[in-house]
Amino acid sequence: MAAKSYSNPIVKWIEYRLPIFSFLDHELNEYPTPRNLNYWWNFGSLAGIILVIMIATGIVLAMSYMPHVNYAFESVERIMRDVNYGWLLRYIHSNGGSAFFIVVYIHLFRGMYYGSYKAPRELLWIIGVVILLAMMATAFMGYVLPWGQMSFWAATVITNLFSAVPLVGESIVTWLWGGFSVDNPTLNRFYSLHYLLPFVIFALVFVHLWALHVHKSNNPTGVDIKGPQDTIPFHPYYTIKDTFGLGAFMIVFMFFVFFAPNFFGEPDNYIKANPLVTPAHIVPEWYFLPYYAILRAITFDIWFIPAKLIGVAAMFGSILILLFLPWLDRSKVRSATFRPIYKQVFWVFVVDCIILGWVGANTPDADFHGVKMLWIGQAATFYYFFHIVILIPLISVLETPRALPDSISQAVTPGGKS
Amino acid sequence: MSDSASAGGTTADMPVTDDKSRRDFLLISTATVGVVGTALACWPLIHAMNPAADTLALASTEVDLAPVQTGQSITVVWRGKPVFIRRRTADEIKTAEAVPMDKLIDPQPDKARVKKPEWLIMVGVCTHLGCIPLGQKPNDPHGEFGGWFCPCHGSHYDTSGRIRKGPAPKNLEIPPYQFVSDTLIRIG
Repeated sequence: MAAKSYSNPIVKWIEYRLPIFSFLDHELNEYPTPRNLNYWWNFGSLAGIILVIMIATGIVLAMSYMPHVNYAFESVERIMRDVNYGWLLRYIHSNGGSAFFIVVYIHLFRGMYYGSYKAPRELLWIIGVVILLAMMATAFMGYVLPWGQMSFWAATVITNLFSAVPLVGESIVTWLWGGFSVDNPTLNRFYSLHYLLPFVIFALVFVHLWALHVHKSNNPTGVDIKGPQDTIPFHPYYTIKDTFGLGAFMIVFMFFVFFAPNFFGEPDNYIKANPLVTPAHIVPEWYFLPYYAILRAITFDIWFIPAKLIGVAAMFGSILILLFLPWLDRSKVRSATFRPIYKQVFWVFVVDCIILGWVGANTPDADFHGVKMLWIGQAATFYYFFHIVILIPLISVLETPRALPDSISQAVTPGGKS
Repeated sequence: MSDSASAGGTTADMPVTDDKSRRDFLLISTATVGVVGTALACWPLIHAMNPAADTLALASTEVDLAPVQTGQSITVVWRGKPVFIRRRTADEIKTAEAVPMDKLIDPQPDKARVKKPEWLIMVGVCTHLGCIPLGQKPNDPHGEFGGWFCPCHGSHYDTSGRIRKGPAPKNLEIPPYQFVSDTLIRIG
């Protein structure tokens, strides 16, 4: 960190005691960034901005929300009708959840395509997976708070997943509920944790960025930064590019907030929770549909292990397995641009995830041109794990990668310095 | 103690290994006590999330069975969960008793599930993921076995509330209950 001298005496006084100005300058201004980042690299900063939007709207919503089974649903309706701009805050917050997942899923697939999880960025990737898990827990508990029918039954079905744990399953579920069914104690604790977890995510994002700034961003060629000719300073080049991306994102996001605010929601959630009636067709929010499809794909026992336990294990396993990706992929070449076979199967995997989401939205006994939805779900679940556990390691060993450019600058401006 | 020894000046012939193992012992025992102590201190935080005393106090419900006719079902609430009470017809009892054990996913004779064959009393919560099965009303779907059907993931229960088809692993749970009199039960 080059010692910078500041002329402003107040800045100087603070800098001497807490070098925050040189820190910010180093990490956000002069921070060297690969000069060839494409628009797929916008989604990390977008996710960070959405987190801030979610925390800001959430804190204000919390001022009018009441976490009690008798008032929760009514207090949300009051926010919608009576609180000044309450409708806007709530629609930004509820659609913000969906936007957060879209952006993070694109961010994750970008990492998979360009091999951003490979050495020396394994921990960076792992922290990212942990952030995803924390996001899922936050989103799930937030969805319960309005105390509609879908809120209540989502809470019931998801907490019941833990009853699949051998021996202590029932005790865990009672502990999660704080009673013998989803009820007021459950709502109270979900509210407490829904308020806590975003700040945990905030801290994890900080660690994620810390790890990122050690070895800097990966880039579309996947080739390491070799010198100053490969980089440009973060400001103004990427601050402006990120701002442009934010503008494009906001157009889409605000379209949903203002013109289709309930597009991602379920009408049943505008019916107050009733513990004695389950809605005919319960579905999770769209961002959980692929996992829901995996959960329901397992309808058979394996030896002495019941189907329910395998389904739950497969569902959680589908995310936890991503933690091992840096070691399952043995190829030293990061970017799929130079990996002719991996490049193809990557897109098969993306389509597979979309199919899983589509299956999750349908009932298992639904029919698709004579093919049972359950079978499609089982095939897609099989491919999901087959891709990560078998195909990725196999391709990484067997494939002959294309020749890599000598450096980023040589790839971007051939004939220039390498 | 080690201070006075090294003050003597003859560090070369000191039995250093003794001192090292003593320090190791202190380190390991301190760490162990610390870890166990922290774990014990966590217990109140964890246990505070278990059902509170007032929640546990609501654990029993009395139900008057007198108005329930043969072939009729009622739903009562016990511990925040629905309890299905069905006054079964002679046909239903006969069907339930006639099922051979090897046809069942969770084998249990009908006798073991009732105190009086006429009264089937069970927790109306699907053992798969906790939805409420349909079948309490005459025009509800009753599934392929004439009992209850869970719409969430398609589990079929028979006239004894036993799982016959679908993803649920277990029969509908029988709550603890006693007949206080011929027409009054206490659940819980």
